[in-house]
Amino acid sequence: MNHSALHPAGLHAAQIAHLGLTFLIVSCAVYVMVIGVLLAVLIRRRRRGSDPNTLSRSERRALIGVGVAVGITTVVVTALAISEFVTRRSLEQDTGEPLHVRIIGHQWWWEVQYSSDSGAGQVQTANELHIPVGRPVQLQMTSQDVIHSFWVPNLQGKRDLIPGRTTHISLVADQPGRYEGQCAEFCGFQHAKMRIVVDAQSPADFDAWRQVQLQSAREPVSDLERRGKQVFENSTCVMCHAIQGSLASGTIGPDLTHVGSRSSIAAGTLPNTPQTLVLWIANPSAVKPGTAMPSAALSGEDLRSLATYLASLK
Amino acid sequence: MRFRFPEMLALAVVCTGTCGCTRERRDLSDVPPSASIPRLTPSQYDRQYQSNAYAMSQGKHLFEWFNCVGCHAHGGGSIGPALMDADWIYGDDPQSIYQTILGGRPNGMPAFNGRISQTQAWQLVAYVRSLSGQASKSASPSRSDSLQLKEAEQSQPRQQMQPAAPASSQHQ
Repeated sequence: MNHSALHPAGLHAAQIAHLGLTFLIVSCAVYVMVIGVLLAVLIRRRRRGSDPNTLSRSERRALIGVGVAVGITTVVVTALAISEFVTRRSLEQDTGEPLHVRIIGHQWWWEVQYSSDSGAGQVQTANELHIPVGRPVQLQMTSQDVIHSFWVPNLQGKRDLIPGRTTHISLVADQPGRYEGQCAEFCGFQHAKMRIVVDAQSPADFDAWRQVQLQSAREPVSDLERRGKQVFENSTCVMCHAIQGSLASGTIGPDLTHVGSRSSIAAGTLPNTPQTLVLWIANPSAVKPGTAMPSAALSGEDLRSLATYLASLK
Repeated sequence: MRFRFPEMLALAVVCTGTCGCTRERRDLSDVPPSASIPRLTPSQYDRQYQSNAYAMSQGKHLFEWFNCVGCHAHGGGSIGPALMDADWIYGDDPQSIYQTILGGRPNGMPAFNGRISQTQAWQLVAYVRSLSGQASKSASPSRSDSLQLKEAEQSQPRQQMQPAAPASSQHQ
């Protein structure tokens, strides 16, 4: 139910679902009528006789019948076109002060940036979009490499992310919940493993989440975590990843400042646990062939401490 | 036996179909970093990297991502030496370039040893060589993700390499 256009959880998705239902009902009615007429013609016994008078009468009847059918078709198609136009227009309209979020598509993950405009500082995360329930959210989207497409069916229609330009889409969630999305434009090997989760929270929960995300990474407390941080800062990881409050400040891969608070890793490929982190870091190409993340030559002990440290970054 | 036109055409189609394959083969395995320089025969290197479009376009990504452009610009050089000319201080062969990237060189070239995987290093080597036209023309990158700043690697003239000069001549 959390990945379905038939169970709308927001204003826009409801309008789209409504439009879909209208089209379905009208098309079904037309289908039934056409089949009905066809059956009637097939079943009715053909009248014998070649009286020229009857022939011309039946031709005239046929002409009237076809004329009426064309008229009805025109009216139905025009009505559908107008309802489509009206829906599409209302999808583009914003209501109230929107929350601006920037989404950048990468092969194969989603970068999510909350701008610092509305008083709060800038927050960066990946593959998870947190939004407050009831407040419209305006997404400004672009891509770093190829065309991707953002589609969370429970909340809105699709919108492409195009390299070199910014596209916009607004959405609003009516009910709290986690809604799943998936890249909807083929973008390479791991197109299927490019998922995003929209977490709609109550405004208070959202503010609390944002406050936590604004902070620097939690300092390691145990020896294992301290060693993990050291491994992170001294190995391949820092080439691409950033952890606010540490030496790592790469910008190629996802920001890992609060990676422990996310529900999955590698864009919805694996659940986020220390065990799956080990699996992923030891050999990313085995989990997600083609990923830009290289394998790291780490000993078992280093891997374990690194995974423990990353999982502790709530 | 003499070939007639239809047979020649069929043969030509089969040949075109098969000879283009290695260019596009994508080897998705990844060899983790290692302190020693891995042994790679010239033909292996050529097949996996220098004639492979995927490997070189990955190399082009990495060249930006790891900030090689910061010093070498897009091959023209600024703080670091130019990479698109025939002048190579530490040698232009793949092994030497690999060693330069992994081990670093005096006067600024940092060592990437332990920070990039072997696969990435070889991809970078192949891309760096394509800057001076040393790579297969049919496999070198033909476009950029961002604004094209110079002619594509594919259309770079092949530079005649001079033997490696003694390390004392320049940039000291």
